Amino acid sequence: MTVAEIRQAVIDILSDIAPDQDLSALNDEMSFREQLEMDSMDFLDIVMELRKRYRIQIPEEDYPQLASMASTVAYLEPIMKDMPKK
Amino acid sequence: MNAHSSRQRAGDPQFSSYDVVVIGAGLAGLTAANILGRAGHRVLLLEQHDKLGGLATWFKRKGHIFDVSLHGFPVGMIKSCRRYWSPEIADAIVQLKRIHFDNPMFSLETTFDRRDFTRLLVERFGVAPPAVDAFFDAARQMNFFDDQSVTTADLFERYFPGREDVVRLLMEPITYANGSTLEDPALTYGIVFSNFMSKGVYTFEGGTDRLIGMMADELRRNGVDVCLRCNVDQVLCEGGRVRGVLVHGRPIAARAVVSNANLLGTIFDLVDARHWPADFLEQARQVRLNNSSTQVYFGIRAGDTIDEEQCGDLLFTSTAPRFCAQSLLSRDVTSRTFSFYYPRTRPGHNRCTIVASMNSQFADWADLPPEEYRRAKQALIDDTLQCLEKYVPDVRQRIDWMECGTPRTFARYTKHWQGASFGTKFEGLAVSRAMPNVIGGLYHAGSVGIIMSGWLGAVNYGVIVANEVDAFLLNNSSQSSFSEETALP
Repeated sequence: MTVAEIRQAVIDILSDIAPDQDLSALNDEMSFREQLEMDSMDFLDIVMELRKRYRIQIPEEDYPQLASMASTVAYLEPIMKDMPKK
Repeated sequence: MNAHSSRQRAGDPQFSSYDVVVIGAGLAGLTAANILGRAGHRVLLLEQHDKLGGLATWFKRKGHIFDVSLHGFPVGMIKSCRRYWSPEIADAIVQLKRIHFDNPMFSLETTFDRRDFTRLLVERFGVAPPAVDAFFDAARQMNFFDDQSVTTADLFERYFPGREDVVRLLMEPITYANGSTLEDPALTYGIVFSNFMSKGVYTFEGGTDRLIGMMADELRRNGVDVCLRCNVDQVLCEGGRVRGVLVHGRPIAARAVVSNANLLGTIFDLVDARHWPADFLEQARQVRLNNSSTQVYFGIRAGDTIDEEQCGDLLFTSTAPRFCAQSLLSRDVTSRTFSFYYPRTRPGHNRCTIVASMNSQFADWADLPPEEYRRAKQALIDDTLQCLEKYVPDVRQRIDWMECGTPRTFARYTKHWQGASFGTKFEGLAVSRAMPNVIGGLYHAGSVGIIMSGWLGAVNYGVIVANEVDAFLLNNSSQSSFSEETALP
């Protein structure tokens, strides 16, 4: 998967988790928490969805890497770059 | 749809091997089982009682349905039910808009949200608006990693120095909601308060029986094998890993076990002591259980209706001149919470019930001989009725059913040590979280640590643990079976 495809994969998950939020204007550098109404359960849902959809295991100590879109994509890129696009 | 549409088997488990066995069908156990079943794991849910729900329960008497713990939960329950259960369950959650306080310091009605608390604190209590805002913001920013030595009392003293009336308004509902006191860490208050008192109080339309019935249907859809009246005798472990459970003398193999039993019951009753390292047992021995409760249930005659405007949905009432969490526990009751249930609670059922809840201590009730126990229960009913008469005129003549529950009742139906109705104090959370590091594949999900208690806390803790179990199962995909060495009694 390319960086753009990984970003889209995260957007797909976010739009399922937070269906009422507008993701089109998301600032990738700014934290999700500052832009979207997200709590710790929402971040847990991202982790669970990544495991369900891509079998990616994110250890608890790495959860802070999911703070913003930019940091999430940077974290996932080495893991997902060899995966085929779904 | 009701609890009867999904009859669970009271018999034995269907298979002798599962991916996950969940012990206990409280809200945490139910939610963990549902998520793991939905994820495709083979899940067995075992409940010792004859119905699902744990303390989220109800009982029927003379045409009345009494809810035991449906007093009001935070708005977050809507999101959690939508995501981890079903949209239908989430859509049945409605707001309770009339929360009343009546005590020697103040009498007021509130919608129990940040805006209304701010209005009250400024207009009625004369607090400066910046102090109110600063308090709300501080509470919201608190998290698990904060300094635990700061107590809730310190927090109030910082923002509302010397204001016992303000402390009472902001603390009394939380003490009823989770048994916490001013001596507990401020972070527990901040987390719970921000969830609970910022966006109102909610309930489930149709009552606890409808909610649990819908959850049972969902579990079945997700392939969870549910067995009632199945008390787990023992959790089977070998070589630092969980191997399964023993039920009715029969071993059931499992790759992971989630215990929704009381934390201390899990450690000291369900698992043989030789499987725990000494330092873990020592840590577990330091965990304080939270208090228990007493309740009095009143059924109003069919056709009669209580005045909603006058009584509201929830009434925090006290005759104590000052707020004191310790006195809330005393058998000499001065403070009570009344939950009023109107026909709209169960559309179509058309009955009014009233449930009074008091915090109390197991030790005060545990050893009473039968006659003294009976008298103590009658005195509790009489005192509660007398208090209720202040708010509902002629209530004595309008009631056709009264009974009470004590810490012994809670202990009997939930098997929680000391009838604990709010799990453990803060230190229990670390012990609960550490369990799988000590015995591989063994998890605990249930009311612990104050912040993981109440309906929402229990549901969310079930989610958190299910996430870990799902990851564990993915990493340990070997078949479950007993090896030769597994010591079966």
